[in-house]
Amino acid sequence: MEWHQYLYPMLKGAWVTVELTFFSTILGGIFSFAFGIGKLSHNWISKAISIGYIEIFRGTSLLVQMFWLFYALPLVGQQIGINTSIPPIIAGVLALSLNIGAYGAEVVRGAIQAVPKEQYEAAKALNFTARQTMWRIALPQALPEMMPPFGNLAIQNLKDTALVSLITIADLAFIAERLRNITQDSPTVYTIALFIYFGMALVLAAGLKWLSRHLGNWRSAGGR
Amino acid sequence: MSNPIVKFDNVTKRFGDFVVLEGLDFEVQQNEIVTIIGPSGSGKSTVLRVLMTLEPIQEGIVYVDGDMLWHEERNGKTVPASENHLRQMRNRMGMVFQQFNLFPHMSVRRNLTEAPVQVLGLSQQEARKRADELLEMVGLADQADKFPGQLSGGQQQRVGIARALAMRPKVMLFDEPTSALDPELVGDVLNVIRELANEHDLTMLLVTHEMQFARQISDRVCFFDRGRIREEGPPEEIFSNPKQDRTKEFLHAVLHPDE
Amino acid sequence: MLYGIHWDTSSNLAFTLSIIPILLEAMIVTLEATVIGFLLAMVIGLILAALKGVPTRIVSWPATFIIEFLRDTPLLIQLFFVFYVLPQVTGILIPAFVAGVTALGLQYSAYCAEVYRAGLEAVPKGQREAARALSFSPSYTFTRIILPQAVPRVVPALGNYLVSIMKDVPVLNVVTVLEMLTAARIIGDRTFNYLIPLSLVGALYLILTLVASFMVRYVDMRLPKRGIPLK
Repeated sequence: MEWHQYLYPMLKGAWVTVELTFFSTILGGIFSFAFGIGKLSHNWISKAISIGYIEIFRGTSLLVQMFWLFYALPLVGQQIGINTSIPPIIAGVLALSLNIGAYGAEVVRGAIQAVPKEQYEAAKALNFTARQTMWRIALPQALPEMMPPFGNLAIQNLKDTALVSLITIADLAFIAERLRNITQDSPTVYTIALFIYFGMALVLAAGLKWLSRHLGNWRSAGGR
Repeated sequence: MSNPIVKFDNVTKRFGDFVVLEGLDFEVQQNEIVTIIGPSGSGKSTVLRVLMTLEPIQEGIVYVDGDMLWHEERNGKTVPASENHLRQMRNRMGMVFQQFNLFPHMSVRRNLTEAPVQVLGLSQQEARKRADELLEMVGLADQADKFPGQLSGGQQQRVGIARALAMRPKVMLFDEPTSALDPELVGDVLNVIRELANEHDLTMLLVTHEMQFARQISDRVCFFDRGRIREEGPPEEIFSNPKQDRTKEFLHAVLHPDE
Repeated sequence: MLYGIHWDTSSNLAFTLSIIPILLEAMIVTLEATVIGFLLAMVIGLILAALKGVPTRIVSWPATFIIEFLRDTPLLIQLFFVFYVLPQVTGILIPAFVAGVTALGLQYSAYCAEVYRAGLEAVPKGQREAARALSFSPSYTFTRIILPQAVPRVVPALGNYLVSIMKDVPVLNVVTVLEMLTAARIIGDRTFNYLIPLSLVGALYLILTLVASFMVRYVDMRLPKRGIPLK
């Protein structure tokens, strides 16, 4: 096989990587907001669950989490008599999302807390409800703060998708490993793989930079 | 004398061990313009913040327009107010902050319309109409689409005043409204406040260091020190003829800082 | 059995208790890989950061590129590269553990380089100006003025990466380094009970992370940083 013949299958794998990154980042984002805001809640149940989630998924290894969902979860179901085995792709996306969600939750929490206390006072004086204050006053001001760290998390997520190849999902890493097995041409295969990942990361980074600039427009208006 | 619109009845407020308001008795009549002066730490801002429901009290009762503010009547007993009750009462007050506290991510106009629409339930058109009138009144009609970051401090504070007025409060609270401004911008803000005082039926409670201004617009001046009112009366009395030593001391230090 | 220790499949509890010693043995490998990988990352990162800071572009641009490349490519692929490609190209066989810590070191060197750069940059420019005005030599300025102010900012970030490395060690399981996840898989493969070994590994990781974070915070607290504005 010639090196350029590697490209087609690897790009197909790369597309799977893109899809994985996309869905897990979005789902992870939802978890981030849910549990980041939940950690700030006055309701102690929400707070406890959020803290528990964040500590567990930040405090353990992503690969261990992924293997657990893929190998161990079905066994939990066996004990209680229901089928809890999930297809590899779900296990992969879920593990990635839960993991990035936990880190993202801390980012969300930190950004919300960074909104000056005076803003909350002004909102209270105008009689906004707590929910209105969160969604209309605090979050919009917190979002530009969140973007740089979120950007880093998204790129980290892209890299982490390579691990799903270990639970049999046919992403770029999986295809690369298979090609290496067939051709024994590891230098070429892995060099191409590295550069494809590199390229994807750069595109993602550029996209995120555009997004964060767009979100924080009101910040640059002025410059006092 | 008709019922006061604001009444503090033996109110005590503590921050931990520190007593900020001590057995305070204080009244404001409807449409009265009262200025509170005094050294820092005397509790002046706290009076406003308690009224705006930003700070709770430990003892005593605060009445606004005849109703209890931090307490309510339930089954014939007086109990601490629920959030619902506080929200109902809060609408009667409006506050202008020393640091303006405008919402930076919203345009000037939206700063004015957001609360009337979301809290009072006005339609976008009604809120916008009200906002435009208020902006006209404070002289910022042409800045409606700008963002707070693009305005000077004086302009921001005038927007702050308009934003509070948009909620049509009965009592307007001004917490050192010009203390954070460059000296040359102070005049514009004071003019707006003066116009409010002269031409509108509003009860106004100001905390300020601008003594000349206080003298001009107040119906009554209260000198606060260490959590209580030490002296109060019409501005001519307080400024020209203070009776208490502490008042004399304070006024002398403030009005003649270089002596 | 593993490490010469038998497991007891008579009951769930017996099983759990009997594999703990095995996992603890594997944990030692995890910790070794973490520490060595971290040290490698700190050193390589330092070299890369230094090269990036060199004014000559022929030197700094490749360094910048390498840092970016290492940062934007997955650890797994870097590991495969070190483990499969280097031997094929150089003819030297690389043991799995060495390949593993090398990959960890490379991946995190990029982060360390960034941390060093940020730490140095955070020292106010006025410090260098004052030092020059007082005629301090560049080397004295760096070691006695700049560095002591950069280190307190750098330590917490490095500490966090240390914990991250620890959580990335299981990736080494693909080249059969016998760390905790590998041990759990072996036990699972042979007993068909993955639930208990994997859950135990998860729990052990939680404990390790807690302890490690604690230690990082302790070191951070004990650092001499009186008077240095850290915000």
